This record gives sequence, structure tokens and C-alpha cells, in this order.
Amino acid sequence: MKVKSGVDKTWDVIFVIICLMIAAICVIPMLHLLAKSFSGTDYLVRHEVFLIPKGFNFDAYASVLKDPKYVRAFFWTVFLTIVCTVLSLIMTTLCAFPLIFENLRGRNVINIFITITMFFNAGTIPNYLLMHRLNLLSNPLVLIIPGVMSVYNMIIMRSFFYGIPDSLRESAEIDGATFFQILTVIYIPLSKPVIATLALFYAVGRWNGYSDALMYMSDERFYTLQLLLYNIINNINQVEVATQEGFSSPGLAASLKAAIVMFSTVPILCVYPFLQKYFIAGVTLGAVKE
Amino acid sequence: MSAAKTRVKAPKKKVKFSVYMKRYWQLYAMLALPLIYLFIFKYLPMVYVQIAFKKYSIVKSIWTLPIAKNHGFEYFIKAFSNNDFRYALRNTVTLNLLDLLFGFPAPILFALILNELCFQRYKKVVQTITYMPHFLSWVIIYSLALQLLTPETGFINMMIEAFGGTSIPFLNDPAHWIGSYIAFGIWQNFGWGSIIYLAAISGINPELYEAASVDGAGRFRKMWHITLPGIKPTIVVLLIMNLGNILGGGFDRPFAFQNNLVMKVADVIATYVYRVGIKGLQFSLTTAVGLFQSVVGVFFLLMANWLSRKLGERGIW
Repeated sequence: MKVKSGVDKTWDVIFVIICLMIAAICVIPMLHLLAKSFSGTDYLVRHEVFLIPKGFNFDAYASVLKDPKYVRAFFWTVFLTIVCTVLSLIMTTLCAFPLIFENLRGRNVINIFITITMFFNAGTIPNYLLMHRLNLLSNPLVLIIPGVMSVYNMIIMRSFFYGIPDSLRESAEIDGATFFQILTVIYIPLSKPVIATLALFYAVGRWNGYSDALMYMSDERFYTLQLLLYNIINNINQVEVATQEGFSSPGLAASLKAAIVMFSTVPILCVYPFLQKYFIAGVTLGAVKE
Repeated sequence: MSAAKTRVKAPKKKVKFSVYMKRYWQLYAMLALPLIYLFIFKYLPMVYVQIAFKKYSIVKSIWTLPIAKNHGFEYFIKAFSNNDFRYALRNTVTLNLLDLLFGFPAPILFALILNELCFQRYKKVVQTITYMPHFLSWVIIYSLALQLLTPETGFINMMIEAFGGTSIPFLNDPAHWIGSYIAFGIWQNFGWGSIIYLAAISGINPELYEAASVDGAGRFRKMWHITLPGIKPTIVVLLIMNLGNILGGGFDRPFAFQNNLVMKVADVIATYVYRVGIKGLQFSLTTAVGLFQSVVGVFFLLMANWLSRKLGERGIW
């Protein structure tokens, strides 16, 4: 290492400051909302809250937790996310694993069959009409099945599988292991990083997605959290508590909205930092196609 | 093409089909479910594409529908003579181009800045924080935007007023809306987008930097002459992929940001199809629009790939 000159040190400091500012831009909107969610209504009406809550209280959170519509949507979305993530991972693995075998007959045809779906999409209306034909409209399954596998994610997993040494597989084959055993005993245990990454991708996709519920789901009981949130933000239908007696002040509406947004975000924000190491590898794998 | 294609093949012996299947049936059994899924949800909808050329009626089977006027192209003509669709088409291209112009360089710049940080722990914390917006849904991002940008009550507008300015209708005036839309797009993606460039940077041979230092190259010279050329292939491939997607684009982001005051600049093809098709029940018209978008999209992608190879870079497939 060379000794750094004074100019170089100055630049080091400048870069540190730039990054500090960039990071601040990322978190300030969230902190602003967090502060609002804990603030008293008087301060909110006068718009005095920025990053530090004033008149600290948990009223907004308590109100949200008492709202049956919100609580229902929350747990429904948690349930959906778990089910979708598990099913998606199973489907993705089942698709990726056989394709790594060079001597699988028909492999090229299957690969073409899969690749075409990535480049040509029939479009929104044909999909909608198919859901109609399959009697899936307003069926809760419509939020699970149509998006159960992403070909992009399958390719990430396949790339990861390719990186596992063939010799492991071959020696198992010689020992008479079935392909199913090779998958469950060798590949899955070695693929924890990619499974964690894809679980995160699928879970985030389901948790944050709202367009399928918007298009295919007319039964309010099965609205996902994000769709409910969309309706609340656009005042399409208020959360019940917001219109109840004593809760109709604009200040409370603001803290309620803030609390609902926090509730809808925190589950994911709590998880992703722990998976950082994995998803960085996953994104990088996804970029190196084939 | 990576190691996947160049691996050593097992010696190929022609085995009898029954013997082969006895051993390999499990692999086909595994593939069955995913392939059935793809067939039903990716291929079957293509059957419905034909209604773009037919007069749709809910009571008839799609196979017996009468062909639309003008040799079946009635709805394509109708779409292109419709102002709403022309706006949607224009907006799709405009917003995608603006995203490309401002949103594409942002992660590259950020990766270069991060690469200059010498404290690894600090770098990691900054990375974690900047990945955060990627995990927020567009509905939530829009609600954050409202809290910050609403005239009179939004925080940024209150600051502007506090310093003697007049509040700016960031989300309610067409020109400002475009700016906000693009800005929040950058906000959501610059951190996440930088991952891939950081990976490319870490793949650059460190000896190059050492040699440059010995020759007396400073920080910015190394950035310009080593780091940037080192990540150029990644930049080109991603740029081309983005160019190929110029008529594409999702639904969630524009739909979350739209409001009635800005529809003229905010309506894109995806939201137009939803509004006129699913809400307005004009299925033939919007299927035609969707088909146009898909076909042109595939064409752009092929062009982009051709261009990529022409430039001497790795194609995207």
C-alpha cells in the first residue's frame, strides 16, 4: 500500500459524505412517515412533524389493529405470501433441476418451449379471458396459480445448479441414487443461497404485487394488502375506523395512513438485510444468462 | 456463453427407449408440472389473441366469431385513430426514454462512487440502505411521494414555502408529474441496479490498478481508464436490454402514480388496456393493442440483440 496523499484523503472524505447524503435520501421519506405514524393529531393537522414524532403515541397503530378489514387483508396477504413462495420454489426447482442433464432427451425442445414464454406475451386481455374461461375470476386461487413460476427465476436457479460440480452427481448416480434422491440429498442442501434469494424475490413479488388482485379479484374479502392500501390512499374506500365517530379528523387520517404504510412495509424491511449476501449473488447469477 | 455449454459431455451411447425411460422417467415427472403450468398460463392465452382480428361477443365461442372489418384489421385501425391510444403509445415511449436517459446512468454512477469508499463496513451499510427502496411496492412509494410532495401539506412544499417560494404541484401538473415519476423511478432502482455493476467491478483484475498506480495514475484516471472499460460489456448488454424494452414497461408503477389531472401524460399502454379493456369491456380493441405491443416488443428485442452482436459484445441470448 502506498501512503495516501492529502488530496487523496480529501477525496475519501468527499465520497463518504456523498454516500451519506445518498443514504439519507433513501431513508428520509420512510422516517418521515414513521414519525407521522407515532405523532399526535394536533401536530399533524398543523403539519409540524418531520423526522421526530411529536406528541408520541401508539393510537394510530391501535386503531389499525382494531380495523377488521385491514387485519383481514394483512393476514390474508401473509398467508398468500407464504403459500406462493413455497409453491413457487417447488415449481422452480422441479423445472430447473432436470434441465441441467445434458443427456435428457428432448432437452432442446423443452428449452425452446420455455424461452419463447419469456419473449412473447399474449397480453392482458387474453390472460383475463383465460382466467374467465378457467373460472378463476374472483377465485382466491387466481392470486396463487397464474404467477406460480417465473422463468427468469428458474434460469437463476438453473445457473446455480450448473455451478455444482458434476462429479457429485455422477458418483451418486453410480451408487444407484435416483434422480429424486440426487435432487433432495445433494442439490437442495447445496443450494441454500439461491433458494434464499428466490424465496425473497417471490415473497417480495407477492407481497408488493397488486395488479392481479386489481384485475382478477372483485371479491373484497380477498383483496391483498397493497390493493387495500391503494384504495385507502386514493380514498376509494376508507378504512372503517377512519370514518368512525371521533376518528374523522384529518390529523388522525394522516397518522392512520402512515401507520398502515408502516405495517405493510415492515415485514419485508425486517427480512431483506439478512439476505443481502445471498441476493447479491442471485442478481449476479441472473445477469449471466445461460 | 458460460461453463454450462462447454462442459465435458458424458460419452453418448444409443440406449433403447424403454431402458432410457426406466432410468430417466423421474426427470420427466419433475418437469411435468412446470411445463403444464407454462402451457396453460403462457401458451393457452395465445388462443385468445385471435379476437384482435374478430368481432368479440361474450356469448359466442371465439372460434365462430365473425372476422372484423377491413380484412380483420378494423381494431388496429380504430386504435391508431384513437387519441387516447396515441397518447398512451407516446407516453409509453417518452417515459421509457426518460427512464433510460436518467434512470440508466444512476446505478453506474452510484457503483463508481461506492467503489471509491475505503471503509468496507460503511460501504456495506450504505448498500443495505440504498437497496431498501427496491423492496417497497409502488403503492407505498406513491404514498411516500404524496406525503412529501402534496402542495401546501407535503413536506417539501412546506419547506419551499418556508423559504419564501410558492408551492409546486409536483404530482398534479403534467410537466412536474413526469419529473416526479422519473425521480421516484431513480430513487427506487439506483441502489439495486448498482449490484450488477459492483459485481462487474469486483471482477476487474486488481493488477491493472496496481500497474496504473505505479505509473502515477490518480483516482479519477483509474476510474476512467480501468473501471469504466472493465464494466463496459455489462453496461452495453443492460443498455441494449433496456432499449429492447422501450415499448414495454410494467403496470404497477404508472398505475399507482396516475391521477385524473395528469392522465394526458401518465396513461401508458398497460394502463390504457386495463381501463379500456377490463373496465370498458372493449376486448377486441385492447387485444389488438396488446398484440401490437408484443410484436413490436419482440422486434425491438431482436434488433437490440443484433446490434449488441454487431458492436462486438456478447448477445443477450
